Amino acid sequence: MTIWKEYLLANSLKQAFQYLESSNHMTCWVAGGTDLMLEVQQGRHTLVDRMVDLNTIPQLGVLEVQGDDLLIGAGVPVSRIATSEIVKEHARAVSEATRLIGGPQVRNVATLGGNVAHALPAADGMISLVAMDAIAIIAQQEGIEEQPILNLFKGPGISSLTKNQIILQFRIKQREKGEGSAFQRIMRPQGVALPILNLAVWVKREDDMVLDIRVAFGPSGPVPSRATSVEETLRGKHLTPAGMDAALAAIATTVNFRTSKNRATAEYRHQIARQLFMKTFSSAWERAGS
Amino acid sequence: MKDLVEIKFTVNGKQAVISVAPGEMLSDVLRYKLGLFGTKIGCNEAECGACTVVIDGQAVLSCNYPAAKANGKNIVTIEGLAEESLKGDTKLHPLQHAFIEHGAVQCGFCIPGQIMTSYALLQKNPAPQVPEIKEALKDTLCRCAGYPSIISAIQAASEQIQGGQDLYIPQIPEARNAGKMVGTVHNRPDAVLKVTGKAIYSDDIQLDGMAHARVKRAMVPAAIVEAIGISKALAIPGVLAILTAADLPFEKNHGLIIKDWPVMVAIGEKVRYVGDALAIVAAETREIASEALLAIEVKLRRIDAVVDPVSAQKAGAPEVHAGGNLLKHIKVRKGDMDEGFQISDVVIENTFFTNPNDHAFLEPECSIARLTPEGRIEIYVGSQIPYDDREQVARVLGVPDERVRIIGQLIGGGFGGKEDIAGQIHAALLAQVTGRPVKLLFDRQESLIVHPKRHATQISVKLGSDLEGNLIAAQTTLFGDTGAYASLGEKVMTRATTHSSGPYEIENVRADCYAMYTNNPPAGAFRGFGVLQSAFAVESMMDTLAQKLEIDPIELRKKNVLKVGSITNTGQLLKESVGLSECIQKVESALKQLAGEYPFLPRQNADHPEMVRAWGFAVAYKNTGLGGGAPDKAGAEIELLIDGIFEVRSASAELGQGLPTVLQLIAAEELKQGLENVRVLLSDTDLTPDGGPTTASRQTYVTGNAVRYAAKTLQQSLISELSECYDISPAEIVFGKGNVQIGSVSWSLADISIKLREDGIIPKVLYTYEAPETKPLGQGGDMHVAFSFAAQAAQVEVNRATGEVSVLHVIAANDVGFAINPLGLKGQVEGGILMGIGHTLTENFILDHGEVVTDRLASYRIPSITYTPEITSFIVEHPTTDGPFGAKGVGEIVLIPTIPAITNAVYNAVGVRVTSLPIDQEIVLREINKQKILV
Repeated sequence: MTIWKEYLLANSLKQAFQYLESSNHMTCWVAGGTDLMLEVQQGRHTLVDRMVDLNTIPQLGVLEVQGDDLLIGAGVPVSRIATSEIVKEHARAVSEATRLIGGPQVRNVATLGGNVAHALPAADGMISLVAMDAIAIIAQQEGIEEQPILNLFKGPGISSLTKNQIILQFRIKQREKGEGSAFQRIMRPQGVALPILNLAVWVKREDDMVLDIRVAFGPSGPVPSRATSVEETLRGKHLTPAGMDAALAAIATTVNFRTSKNRATAEYRHQIARQLFMKTFSSAWERAGS
Repeated sequence: MKDLVEIKFTVNGKQAVISVAPGEMLSDVLRYKLGLFGTKIGCNEAECGACTVVIDGQAVLSCNYPAAKANGKNIVTIEGLAEESLKGDTKLHPLQHAFIEHGAVQCGFCIPGQIMTSYALLQKNPAPQVPEIKEALKDTLCRCAGYPSIISAIQAASEQIQGGQDLYIPQIPEARNAGKMVGTVHNRPDAVLKVTGKAIYSDDIQLDGMAHARVKRAMVPAAIVEAIGISKALAIPGVLAILTAADLPFEKNHGLIIKDWPVMVAIGEKVRYVGDALAIVAAETREIASEALLAIEVKLRRIDAVVDPVSAQKAGAPEVHAGGNLLKHIKVRKGDMDEGFQISDVVIENTFFTNPNDHAFLEPECSIARLTPEGRIEIYVGSQIPYDDREQVARVLGVPDERVRIIGQLIGGGFGGKEDIAGQIHAALLAQVTGRPVKLLFDRQESLIVHPKRHATQISVKLGSDLEGNLIAAQTTLFGDTGAYASLGEKVMTRATTHSSGPYEIENVRADCYAMYTNNPPAGAFRGFGVLQSAFAVESMMDTLAQKLEIDPIELRKKNVLKVGSITNTGQLLKESVGLSECIQKVESALKQLAGEYPFLPRQNADHPEMVRAWGFAVAYKNTGLGGGAPDKAGAEIELLIDGIFEVRSASAELGQGLPTVLQLIAAEELKQGLENVRVLLSDTDLTPDGGPTTASRQTYVTGNAVRYAAKTLQQSLISELSECYDISPAEIVFGKGNVQIGSVSWSLADISIKLREDGIIPKVLYTYEAPETKPLGQGGDMHVAFSFAAQAAQVEVNRATGEVSVLHVIAANDVGFAINPLGLKGQVEGGILMGIGHTLTENFILDHGEVVTDRLASYRIPSITYTPEITSFIVEHPTTDGPFGAKGVGEIVLIPTIPAITNAVYNAVGVRVTSLPIDQEIVLREINKQKILV
């Protein structure tokens, strides 16, 4: 079966939009395409006539510190992100998450742009970007706009991005003194190759005071979200065993884990979330202190 | 809008300009447009890594990489690594050389991907540590699981590249009584082809005018076929033929023992599982054939399905076949059960569950059929039983067997999963009707849905012993899910039953097994052949008994194990070759050296108190050969060719296990030759005599013997011919490497061969070896010609906070009789342990009311290199008189104790008794939490 009619390589944003406009047919942007190709090959994707590959557009290939920000191009292969010293310095959670996406060969092709646009509720890279409070820089024919990453999701696998939008980069604030982040996940060896639970934590501290914190669990709902109640139990307070207990209690009562058949029950997710949180938080906390 | 796009790229240093069709992936272009067949397709879903190529220095999966995207890129494939000199000599890349020397090459199908992934790793990280190697190769799967050898090969290649010194070659122990050839370490004859990507598997064959076939499957587990409409599909341009059951010329069913499996299900007949064939299509391309499948209109009326063996037995259960759901009730009876349990001081009982498993050989099934100008049918296929394929194809075509020729190809893993018919008959039917060569290749999803699985079982075990731990009575009840068709179900479940009280001598034994038909995919042969399931049950019970009696689990086994002079539960007196005690002793002493006097106590990690480690122990035995009264024979032919090479011929399958080396070594030993003078030709029904099925760990024994006797006979007849010819005493005729000394004159073997032919003598011998007679179950006496034995200890680490389990170290000892091919044996041992770990931790073939949930490699997970534990292996050799040089089977015994050794270790670590496979970390955690022990 012909799974698409045209696969076009766009060398510039202008060309990409031209390709979009010149076709009356179903057009699909392709970043790394590792998930997308599988969906198309296995008949799990709506029919596509024209694939437009965005990888060689210069803006999508950026990986640099610019002013106060770290910019990660939406088309940078995640293996490059995972081994980048600047990402490790400024967004350790992203560094750790990208190291775990797919397998080694997939990481040489897959991108964070695709990871986010695919809009799965527990994508490792995306969850780490949520905890880093990343801003997506989005191009459309009318110009560039910026959106907080959490605005990009409508439902499981449904992005709020429209046809004429292309994510160019993700902008993350440079790490300042007292800040640290971490990403960890728990898998099961059988069944679907998705994490049972993943977690990214970003924290800003001064001595034992939690100045600010961001926590993102995946999957914890149809769209990614921050565990704000958990954050509130810790934010602005000294870190104490009682405070940690309160945070764990908040996970139990406010984070919405579901049962997914052949993967994990909600009950199991709640049980392992405790350990995952303690480990990931400690890791971020230590980094914030160094 | 244009359909074809021209792209340019560099491949292996050469420029290529290619027109790319819509939807084409890079692997398609490399394989079918550039003829670079070294890049393999194992899954076509970006899971297995066999298609890995290096693009601009990065390892990439070519099956998932749009060809159009390769424009301007620089690509290296497996064909680009070795350097060819002008003279045509091949200089292997150090990785290729190291993979051969370290024994990392077995079936070879994954090897191009392994080497390309490793090549990319070494480009970036010239001296990788083991964790880095494991991380880089995490998604490049090897089902033969030569992972330990792959790791050591990469390290050796890295050292060689870095230091420029000679390649480090590991010292692999020879057999205890090694001969000049047998028992010594040699590389595989096909290794160079496999590491250079030149090895040809069925799907790599391209014939002129070849059409492509696909099969319309029922995709529901139980239904009546009401209508099949093919007219719309036939009208699609490029569709050449569509056949249904109505077109079958003769026999309607196939099957290895019982012909109960419809070639296609006819209108009005029953669909019995999701993989049942309804129609077959041949078309100009695979894409067109796939479109035609969608256009075939099928009307199925769903009927009630029976989906587990216990409910299949209940009154009123839907009948899968007329005559009921019981395939076979298998019984073992010894002694008096009532008395046995009555006099026991301790009686324990428990029930265990095992899931189906898929072989997940990395090469999906592929058959190519062709009509010869003489009107015969030739089938190119990787099959474990070529002569059975021939018979089954011939029956359906309604022709004599001789009109069909099976030409066996390299097999990319089998493990029992390539014994039943896959596409052979369908391809033959379509070749006959279209007059064109027809290729029928399964995709991975089809492979997972269609071919027979490992039997899911429910096994209850009741053991009685005295206070000292002497077993007095064992009663087992087994239910085996044999799925929709018989396949080898009866044989598999018989093996499960007879081995269900373990390798122990027990006075009173009763076993009842119900092999039941269901509407699940058929279950058949799979390495371990039923014994794996019952060993899990009984070995778990032995540890439970040891705990109850407060006896060391190793001591408990020592008290009861089979020894020379023991009588098995089927009434067989073991006269020799019972090395189990030595296996236990070897593992025990290594274990105590590593872990001290109390290896079975849990050890908590001081820094991470949730992490607990412990060892577990298990033993096993497994028959060699068919046994049970089945005539077990193999033919082998040896001819001295005019180039002075002895060609050994047998239709016995090489699945990666190393049979060609075994046969080569045996022939070379007997004929006093080096390997360079012996060549092996396998699995061509026109050219090689029937070696019988490659199953039941029997080829080394049965075909090995056939080759040994053929070689002896050939040598004797050559000596007598030469003696007459030269009028010289036979004592003065001495064979040497490549020559024969006749009196004072040395002749090359080539000259001898030519001379004999000139005299009208073809220097060739055919020998059919018949294994010693065995008795059917229930008659006592020798049910099997030999048994292999093994003991294993496994160390696990359990995370008490998540229930996660990992296996850190396995100590194994296997009694193989005699280690004919030590390098191949190493691969079997390592691969067996990894497969055992897979069955325990990663592999769960999930069915939902007869439908396959795990229909992709992404969901049916086989172990990756990251699961590789440290392995300590001992080879124990208690020879069996009738085996070649004392050898018995090894293919299956290696993985049987792994599962209970791991689950016993989990119990020792955290007190959770695993009764269902694979280990579910969620259940482990739930059980841990019930214990109310705080971390």
